[in-house]
Amino acid sequence: MTATRSGAKQVHLAAHFPGVNNTTVWSDPAAGSHIEFSSFVKLAQTAERAKFDFFFLAEGLRLREQHGRIHDLDVVGRPDTFTVLAALAAVTEHIGLSGTINSTFNEPFEVARQFASLDHLSNGRAAWNVVTSWDAFTGENFRRGGFLPQEARYDRAKEFLQVARELWDSWDEDAVIADAAGGEFVADPSQGAFEHHGTQFDISGRFNVPRSPQGHPVIFQAGDSDVGRDFAAEAADCIFSRHGRLEAGQEFYRDVKGRLAAHGRSHDDLKILPAATFVLGDTPTEAAERAEHIRRQQVSGPTAILLLEQVWNRDLSSYDPDGPLPEVAPDVDAPSVSQGRAATPRDKLRTAAEWRAQAEAKNLSIRELMIEVTSTASFVGTPAHVAAKIVESVDQEAADGFILVPHVTPGGLDEFADTVVPILQEAGRFRGEYEGSTLRDHLGLGAARASSPLSTAPVLA
Amino acid sequence: MTPHPSLLPPPYLAVALDGVGWHPAAWREADVHPRDVFGPRYWVGLIQEAEWAGLDFVTIEDSLLLQSTSAKHPEGRTDRVLGRLDAVLVAARVAPETARVGIIPVATTTHTEPFHISKAIATLDYVSRGRAGFQARISPTGLEAAQFGRRSIGHPTPDGAQVPGLMDEAADFIEVVRRLWDSWEDGAEIRDVATGRFVDRDKLHSIDFEGSWFSVRGPSITPRPPQGQPIVSVLAHVDAAFRLAARSADVVFVTPQSSEHARTLLEGIRGHEEAVGRAGPPLRVVADLVVFLDDEPGHASARKERLDELDGRPLRSDALIFTGTPTALVDLLAEWQSAGVEGFRLRPGAIPRDFDAITHEVVAELVDRSLRLPSYQESTLRARFGLLRPANIYASV
Repeated sequence: MTATRSGAKQVHLAAHFPGVNNTTVWSDPAAGSHIEFSSFVKLAQTAERAKFDFFFLAEGLRLREQHGRIHDLDVVGRPDTFTVLAALAAVTEHIGLSGTINSTFNEPFEVARQFASLDHLSNGRAAWNVVTSWDAFTGENFRRGGFLPQEARYDRAKEFLQVARELWDSWDEDAVIADAAGGEFVADPSQGAFEHHGTQFDISGRFNVPRSPQGHPVIFQAGDSDVGRDFAAEAADCIFSRHGRLEAGQEFYRDVKGRLAAHGRSHDDLKILPAATFVLGDTPTEAAERAEHIRRQQVSGPTAILLLEQVWNRDLSSYDPDGPLPEVAPDVDAPSVSQGRAATPRDKLRTAAEWRAQAEAKNLSIRELMIEVTSTASFVGTPAHVAAKIVESVDQEAADGFILVPHVTPGGLDEFADTVVPILQEAGRFRGEYEGSTLRDHLGLGAARASSPLSTAPVLA
Repeated sequence: MTPHPSLLPPPYLAVALDGVGWHPAAWREADVHPRDVFGPRYWVGLIQEAEWAGLDFVTIEDSLLLQSTSAKHPEGRTDRVLGRLDAVLVAARVAPETARVGIIPVATTTHTEPFHISKAIATLDYVSRGRAGFQARISPTGLEAAQFGRRSIGHPTPDGAQVPGLMDEAADFIEVVRRLWDSWEDGAEIRDVATGRFVDRDKLHSIDFEGSWFSVRGPSITPRPPQGQPIVSVLAHVDAAFRLAARSADVVFVTPQSSEHARTLLEGIRGHEEAVGRAGPPLRVVADLVVFLDDEPGHASARKERLDELDGRPLRSDALIFTGTPTALVDLLAEWQSAGVEGFRLRPGAIPRDFDAITHEVVAELVDRSLRLPSYQESTLRARFGLLRPANIYASV
């Protein structure tokens, strides 16, 4: 939380390019391309016009499947993260450029090089959402296949980030002196030299990108497990959280911020930014009606069946989405029907029992139930109401700000930018102009941390 | 019989960009701001100038190795430019600020993932609206291998250029990249509101590639790029590289030392094409030259000698080093064109001096001699090479 002169905590806001899931309503008449560069330009420029902290791009390295077939009901297909962010640096000037890059199916030398390059090419606006993966399904697209046991994915992620920091630190800030007369491009011949001998990586050589404007890109972490939270508390600058509601957000916020001290870090060193959807209206009733309409678009009959199948873990295609839940119980022994998704419920029997109770209590069809239980909009209401709710979440320590996920590409942020942002600005809770030049400046983060290991965990052998 | 140049199609004209020029002492010239190579404006400025001059494309050098390091001298020298940005990202950064010029970054095939490179170049094709390609390069040194720690690299063969297997791996790599580009048929995205289907999954294809170095399932996460198949190019000096080019590339960069040598190289290339059973259009053969240019006779070579002295040794290059006037250079290009070379990639000895001479004097001289059209239209990079948008290998007829 960054304090203004008046002492009010500042809200951080970001724009998430709509993802390949059913939150994104591609059937909306206003919905545009998910692959043409113009869509990315439009959303990033809207976010920059609204003085947002950063633009965010997610990634998944294999097309999602259900029952062994490519899932075709949601948006399918996306561009390469690094390439789009580098191109967006050409059409924006201030806004941070944040992307998900997998630590399992990449190597540190290459990723460190790409982020350092992106940071140079954007004059200090790069951010990396470090995600882990372990599944052999995604591994089938890569040299090493499914090489990593699930429990080792954070070992690799932690050491990956550690190595990346060592590479970024292998060049001093003032290394390039470019003294033409004296014939010295660098004074110190060891610039870029690195050597890392760990359990995950045993590498050495010369890193070939000089230190970038931010030193290190801003580091995001999105995992929610205990080990994921610890990783974030130790190593990340921001958490991309899924706990957007006030109470769940407060609990998460307390938990994660409470872990910082053990790593020698202070309360403000880690920003907690939940993903949030929003629906606006001129009146509360209009907003609620729009939200209801959007929910029905997000959860079509076929989508409702697919969502139910992810818990029941069996083929339910013969069921009527407008009829009752299946009598049959989930199949917890079969391999997962769904692959390539970020999250499916862990305890399927428990989830099924809860859903069944809910459906019976309210007499809901499959589709109606799915509309109720799958994520609903975080903020619904008039612009003044939504602004107040955002401020409340920040004041009551449920979040340091939000990563907004529009449901329509690419114009889905326009209304928020035009109506909610001015209210936040007038209230002195959100910047009216960019003050610093780097993303670290926007987020109120200090200088990049050094690569010296902070953890007592056996990251370095 | 040698055709007269004016009867041939105008040669392709390109510039190869590497730091502040190909002479290692170029950064020490008074008109150079060598730190600029680590920021975006430098690259945007150069490539916009190339576009303004009507060049067909630029290439952007890259390597996983820090300049001046070698197995013998891992410490390297401190009197040369050290460090470079990722070439694919430089290309992406420049693409939205240009509209016509082709952009071909170098990408290494040895330690990287074909899945990542395929979607990166496909995305570069989207952000440039069909002007993307890449130059495939192997990383043959043990130093590069140690930076990844995944495998050791064998020893170079006696001719100093080959590490067994790396060229074959590169061929597999390009095969995977190309299949992934085709793994989405055109029109796979249907947005059929009635059935709720965003894609027709019958038009998305696994590539199921299995080779000695990697297996890749597919399909790509990125739909087929605007050109269908962006341009794949290879710089070749040795048989294994010519074979790779003949099997896998659209464009081959060669380094003739004379028009006689160019003829020999061309015969060799056509022989390789036949030997590998190349189908489809023949390789476009583009000759590389390092150039130092000055309107005053003798000045360019004096400048090069001065840079040699600063560097402590004469410039070495795989390509012919030309020093002289733009007119004399165009004489040479016309001669090589008559020998069958279809285009030229000029490597400026020093930027901005030699780069500006290319974009101004050399281009003007070529136009004067009808070896270059005075202006050009927007088009895809493939079209610039006279290549159609190819049919998708997975599309059913």
